[in-house]
Amino acid sequence: MVFPKLVRRENASLPVLIAAPFVALAMAAVSNLVLYATIGVDPAAVFKAMLIDPFTSYFSFSEILLKAGPLLLIAQGLAIGFRAKVFNIGAEGQFILGAICASAIPVYLPQASGIWIWPTMLLFGVLGGLAWAAITAFWRVRLNANEILVSLMLSFIALQLLNYLLLGPWKDPMGFNFPQSVMFQYDALLPILLPGTRVNVSLILALLVTVAAWFFVQRSFAGYRLEVGGLAPNAARYAGFSQSSAIWLSLLIGGAAAGLAGAAEVAGPVGQLQRSISTGYGYAAIIVAYLGGLHPIGIVFAAFLLATLYIGGDNAMVSAGLPIAAVNVFQGSLLLAYLIASTFVRRKLVWPQGARP
Amino acid sequence: MTEPLLSLRGVTKRYGPVHANTGVDLDVRAGEIHAILGENGAGKSTLMKLIYGVETPDEGTIAWQGELTQIGSPASARRLGIGMVFQHFSLFETLTVVENVSLLVPGTKKALTKRIVQLGQEFGLEVDPLAYVYALSVGERQRVEIIRCLMADPKLLILDEPTSVLPPQSVELLFDTLRRLSARGVAILFISHKLEEIRSICTHATILRGGTVTGNVTPQDFDAHALATMMIGRDMPHLSPAEAVQRGANQLEISGLTLGTDDPFGVSLKNIFMHVAEGEILGIAGVSGNGQSELAAAISGETALPKSMRDVIAMLGQDVGAMNPATRRKLGFAFVPEDRLGQGAVPELSLVKNSILTAHRHGMVKKGMIRHGRAAAFAKACIAQNDVRTPGPAAEAGSLSGGNLQKFIIGRELMLAPKLLFLNQPTWGVDIGAATAIRRRLIELRNAGCAILVISEELEELFELTDYMQVLSEGRLSPRFKTSETVPEDIGRAMIGAGEGAA
Repeated sequence: MVFPKLVRRENASLPVLIAAPFVALAMAAVSNLVLYATIGVDPAAVFKAMLIDPFTSYFSFSEILLKAGPLLLIAQGLAIGFRAKVFNIGAEGQFILGAICASAIPVYLPQASGIWIWPTMLLFGVLGGLAWAAITAFWRVRLNANEILVSLMLSFIALQLLNYLLLGPWKDPMGFNFPQSVMFQYDALLPILLPGTRVNVSLILALLVTVAAWFFVQRSFAGYRLEVGGLAPNAARYAGFSQSSAIWLSLLIGGAAAGLAGAAEVAGPVGQLQRSISTGYGYAAIIVAYLGGLHPIGIVFAAFLLATLYIGGDNAMVSAGLPIAAVNVFQGSLLLAYLIASTFVRRKLVWPQGARP
Repeated sequence: MTEPLLSLRGVTKRYGPVHANTGVDLDVRAGEIHAILGENGAGKSTLMKLIYGVETPDEGTIAWQGELTQIGSPASARRLGIGMVFQHFSLFETLTVVENVSLLVPGTKKALTKRIVQLGQEFGLEVDPLAYVYALSVGERQRVEIIRCLMADPKLLILDEPTSVLPPQSVELLFDTLRRLSARGVAILFISHKLEEIRSICTHATILRGGTVTGNVTPQDFDAHALATMMIGRDMPHLSPAEAVQRGANQLEISGLTLGTDDPFGVSLKNIFMHVAEGEILGIAGVSGNGQSELAAAISGETALPKSMRDVIAMLGQDVGAMNPATRRKLGFAFVPEDRLGQGAVPELSLVKNSILTAHRHGMVKKGMIRHGRAAAFAKACIAQNDVRTPGPAAEAGSLSGGNLQKFIIGRELMLAPKLLFLNQPTWGVDIGAATAIRRRLIELRNAGCAILVISEELEELFELTDYMQVLSEGRLSPRFKTSETVPEDIGRAMIGAGEGAA
């Protein structure tokens, strides 16, 4: 058997770079529609429910924007770390901690009122995410503990912390024993941006974070140091860029963004602290970050796409009878397809020359 | 004479413009222990890759047992009966010896275990088949590699610098094994640059220099000095640099640096003393792998020194043991590393962005933001002044040829106007024209009062460039030689640890 070899390209291929997300989307769509057909679900109906219906009404479109907000926020933070090859997989936990810290204000001060409440909650959320990510950074720098494992496992701890609070001290006394906090007062909720929908000011925050991320990545010296550290660690060492500060900075940025998203979720559409505040945003944001090519602008489109899949997946479950796991399968295969497609940005297939004996 | 087992005729291999091997003839007979002798870069590894099927020759023929053949892959080389033990082992540390063997050799574990023990007794390669590889010493790992080759019953065994990783007592054990193999009729190709070893074990030696065969001898007939002359080349031009300038202050001073290593292939530095003064070029000669990279990382600051060693390195009048490379650079230090892609430059980034790597203090960063205009102007000037052949400053560093990228990196470091410049293998892989230009600029810089330290494997270059030389061998640095009063043979002897340094 003769196998082609993967050979490094001299220059990154721009056409492949641009085409990669589209090819990935096509590959994932085709393979998933085939999968749906084999489990007896009509692919055409799924396609319509998933990718057409979400755009047919003002409300369902606004729901896409609502979902895109946290994905965008978290992914922008994560992408900065991923570019530096610091793999923070625990955005889910940092998101939960952000939600918990933000909730402390309405839980302990349910009667408080004033315009200061929701901004302070967002700030608490940022601090919560920062603190949770700092644990990972500390052990990575101190003991070289793998940040993928530490941050991932801390997500499960965060989830248990949330469970404890909701089953114990923070449980709503009037809540018929449901594991959830009190409903937040009006001033603890983010102002609505688009009237008649649930879209709130956190979408503007996400767009501002996007602009800030663009400046950080493209223009700042700190962003440059992170990029060099990710692309060529030996060059970073040669230049004298500190690896530990790169790890700290990467994780803290990711944690802060995820914590902000968590706070915006409880102070936004959810309006209380619940067990189900995160529907896997922290993990989906990893897909968003990579699908967006780790580029702040690309991530905007990727967040929008994944949000569409969320809403469309819900539609398909209801109208086409798609199982709930199918959406996760679609997300996973999308990431896999993108990683395969993006391999060819810097590499190409070459068939070996010459015969073999 | 019997018919050769392996016979190469006129074998040539080019990598782009570089001729790694030119018209090489080689005959290896059964039962022979045949040395391939040469400096690093002489083409030894390329030649072995051609025989083992990792690369295919551009010209020339390879005959195996008298028949012309094409060796397209290591698998087909193994099928012919050629085995190779690489310098860096390819064993899985978390598997046992027998598991490692079974990855390449078919058979049940029980049968393999039995054969490993049997081969071990036969050839003095005792190793516990059930031991995990991570628990084995370097010498034992090498035995596992050799056993794995022997499982296939090879007729020819290639060993790439087998003794470079071994402590002296293990070397004798290895030689005993090799002699037993040779008595059984197995031919052995022994790559090395250690002359005394070759004289003690090899029955033939082929000497390579610059990709061509310069000698075909019986090593016992020559002394180490004569072999070194063949290896290094006696036609060495004796160029001396411009006349010495007024000796100034020491810009670099290392007094008693001792540094261990965690890397199993690393070399510990032992009690290093050196100093470089203003207007002086000091060369560090020696074959790579004798502590060059460890010494370079200690001088550049890429290796953080243990607390006890913080006060042994002084640079530009300050103790720098606790400083990182960026802080050292602020004092007026510049460094051209050995590895261009991935250390001296980031391959995926443009030349503009690669300028920022070390030159960011020169007005390229303001309030934490990068000033792209300044960086682009710097890159443009660097390209123009150093004759870097590239479409422009936006080109990725990885798209430049090795020589052009080196010109860019050296140019960038020179634009930092250093008072102390350190270059590791500055002209390695650079074409002759560019290398000459680089050397000329270094001498200009020296005449302007810069202190320069050069690590190089190319003796010719050091003789052309330096005022003084020291030789690094197995982590030890020889005393100073004054270049104008030294001949290459003195350096060669210090390189193999056979001679005592002159003051």
